[in-house]
Amino acid sequence: MPEHEDTSQHAPGFSRRGFLRGIGVTGAAASVVTALKPDANAAEAGIRGPGEVPVTLKINGATHKLNLEPRVTLLDALRNRLDLTGCKKVCDRATCGACTCLVDGEPVYSCSMLAIEAEGRSVTTVEGLGTPKKMNAVQAAFVKHDAQQCGFCTPGFVTAATAFVRKHPNASIDEIRAGLGGNLCRCGTYAGMLLAVSDAAKKGGA
Amino acid sequence: MATVAWPAAEKRAHIGKRYDRADGPAKATGSAKYSYDINRPGMLYAKVVTSPHALADISGVDTKAASALKGVRAVWVDTDLKEVQYVGQIVAAVAADTEEIATEAAELVKVTYAVKPHQVVDNDPKFVNAASGAPAVRNVGNFDQAFGAAAVRHEGTYGVPVITHCCLEPHGQVTEMQGDSLYIWPSTQNVTGYANQLGAQVGVDQNKIVVETQYMGGGFGSKFNFDKWGVIGATLSKQTGKAVKLMLDRDLEQMIGGNRPSGFGKVKVGLDNTGKITAFSADIVGTGGVGGWNMGQLPYVFTKIPNISITGRRIVTNRGAQRAWRAPAHPQCCFLSQTALADAAAALKMDELDFFLKNLDLTDREEVYKAELLKCADMIGYRKKAHARGDATRGPNKRGLGMAIHTWGGRGHPSQCDITVHSDGTVEVKMGTQDLGTGTRTTVPQVIAETLGIQMDQVKFLMGTNRYPPSGGSGGSTTIGGVSAAARMGATAALNELIDQLAPRMGLKPDQLEASAGAIRQIGNPAYAVPWKTACALLGPNTITKRGVCDPNAAQAAGLINQQVGGAQMADVSVDIETGVVTINEMVAVQDCGLIINIKLAESQVFGALIMGITSALFEEAVYDARTGQMLNADMEFYRLAGIKDVGQLKVHMMTGKGYDERGVIGLGEPPVIAPLAAIANAVANAIGVRVPDAPFTPDRVITALQKGGKLA
Repeated sequence: MPEHEDTSQHAPGFSRRGFLRGIGVTGAAASVVTALKPDANAAEAGIRGPGEVPVTLKINGATHKLNLEPRVTLLDALRNRLDLTGCKKVCDRATCGACTCLVDGEPVYSCSMLAIEAEGRSVTTVEGLGTPKKMNAVQAAFVKHDAQQCGFCTPGFVTAATAFVRKHPNASIDEIRAGLGGNLCRCGTYAGMLLAVSDAAKKGGA
Repeated sequence: MATVAWPAAEKRAHIGKRYDRADGPAKATGSAKYSYDINRPGMLYAKVVTSPHALADISGVDTKAASALKGVRAVWVDTDLKEVQYVGQIVAAVAADTEEIATEAAELVKVTYAVKPHQVVDNDPKFVNAASGAPAVRNVGNFDQAFGAAAVRHEGTYGVPVITHCCLEPHGQVTEMQGDSLYIWPSTQNVTGYANQLGAQVGVDQNKIVVETQYMGGGFGSKFNFDKWGVIGATLSKQTGKAVKLMLDRDLEQMIGGNRPSGFGKVKVGLDNTGKITAFSADIVGTGGVGGWNMGQLPYVFTKIPNISITGRRIVTNRGAQRAWRAPAHPQCCFLSQTALADAAAALKMDELDFFLKNLDLTDREEVYKAELLKCADMIGYRKKAHARGDATRGPNKRGLGMAIHTWGGRGHPSQCDITVHSDGTVEVKMGTQDLGTGTRTTVPQVIAETLGIQMDQVKFLMGTNRYPPSGGSGGSTTIGGVSAAARMGATAALNELIDQLAPRMGLKPDQLEASAGAIRQIGNPAYAVPWKTACALLGPNTITKRGVCDPNAAQAAGLINQQVGGAQMADVSVDIETGVVTINEMVAVQDCGLIINIKLAESQVFGALIMGITSALFEEAVYDARTGQMLNADMEFYRLAGIKDVGQLKVHMMTGKGYDERGVIGLGEPPVIAPLAAIANAVANAIGVRVPDAPFTPDRVITALQKGGKLA
């Protein structure tokens, strides 16, 4: 006998995206509460959507004009609209760092930033750091010290490490361990990574 | 004439060298396109609808609201499915213009369930029932008598929970119909065999399914077949005429993308008064969710213990099915055996290393383990640091050492390749294999270049699709043996045909020629040579193409490949007995795997395995709530992986040279991931003087064990 009848939609779990469905907020002044009650003051409060809105993103020095829903994350805009797939979607909840890009030079989890929040800011993805024939110091050191296996976490690590060594040239091993604590690898490439980032840091950053 | 046997050490130009990973730059710059990264024109995004219940009958699926949502292109329902048996089981799916719309539409699919009582507990024998099937029983000698007569009798309970594969690239694929052909870009570790038997399920001729995976983000044993999501993706592509990307979201990846079975139970060990193991018994239960459960090898490695009594019983739980997880059943059995053995040695107040060494005659490879354990001891400074159970120094920070040894087969799988030599001296190799990050893309060109006496950049290696000659799935450490033997055989055949054509022009017999250092040379008179490119130019408008075939039995008979490796590891840990936090100070691994093609990549495998093992020892457990049947940590925040600051100092030593090289090539993916859990467990026990019985060794478990043992700070 059934214990109870239940009508359910989807696997359980709190969805931050669902929370912001259809509308988006820009600007530091806008609170989530404001966002949930769009009203006549919406425009003043910085509310855009629902539905697609024009968005201009500056990525790796190039300007891209897109139409997308405000709920689209920066990560999904990069991957799904611009075919910039260096940033990976792994945890999708700001834990693993595989989606790390630089926003105005600072490392950011692109899974947890809306694309509209990146407007007017300069976004750099791993593709903007170097190419196979012209790698930056961190990328070259990752290859030299074999700091990668499957490589799925690598772009996020390379990007985070690039920002780290720029800020912390000559970082010690302990500082590197602390500085790269925001990224995770499953294959277990940390041994090579410590050598790689240490090497790149000694060369004065990327 | 060239022969297929591997060249002697002094003649190796490429094999054994520390070449950088061939696809390193592509991966480090983000230009490597993984299956998740494939974007096709007009591609749709699919999301699945899954059960929130651990056991329920499905009484209805209403897709009206989902279908009506703007941007939704197709809805698929599993109409054959009448009962869901675990949370996360796929019931339906939607495809839409954008990922956001697909996610919203999936939430609009209304499934009506009649919920039934579930069962997710995996560590209590009372849940063994008729569905468990017959227990696995094995008896050797007379355990009861030997245990009764033993000078030391140890009994303890030990447990290893279910852990997940947690592949960073989730399971899934992009599918696209092109005419009547189905193209699939899956995240798989088995490009040749991935789609076998998919055709009939989706109405496509099997010979019109093209599989391509150039880069994949981790499989660890969980990505061999097309799975339900492969059928759904292909069906949605057929239905819509569009490419469809369907990748599992992280919570589903954790719940249904694969997990490693658990093992819990009582272990008894009997020793004589010299520390010789005389008796071993284990009574174990464990789960593979709705999937099977395999007891594995108990006692582990010490298989020649004269008196053995083993019972293994499966508990069926309403959890996602287990899948092969690196070295299936070995890490669990290693832990269940070697923790209890170490505890018995401690009861006799015998040093753990002395105890292991004394009993190595109960293993299959006594001399190898001895050499490896002594090398470990040397690397970690064992004799200087070792102390009896319980760090007697003052203060809350207790330090300890522990060890474990392991074994694995690792013989190469059947594999084929086509090798073409062009008249400009370039060489092309096609093989239906894959590179999981293990180094296939680097090691195969090393073998080809070695065989033909040319440079690595003259070899173009094409792989990652089922359009190329068939190769095996990358599981069980079978790839390197299979691909290296096939490459060696094919390249040798191609070289011999070139030599046959060249020999008359040099006024020599073919058996007087060999290839080395960029030329075809007279054996014994290397100065008499024709440069490789000049020799190839003789082909004119023709090419030489030869098929290389690794038949494992033939390749082993030819000395190219082999099986059975050892491996020893030691851990140095600190445990804060006030907080219960375990810290890895250092781990050392010593590993043999026959002839090593690329030492650098081999070391990377072992470093990675150590780290994966550390993660399982400190953090990993799929936590299920008995009442609701939910996995409580189906994410990466509470299902923790070790970070770069968690792993301590790591040292790896590969056994090479005489006694190892001449065995031929043996796989490496599994063995080094086996011992870390047991070695760390033993180090924790050595530090704090009590056994933490269940992994992972989290602060709560450590504190509980200290409390129970009366050792709390």
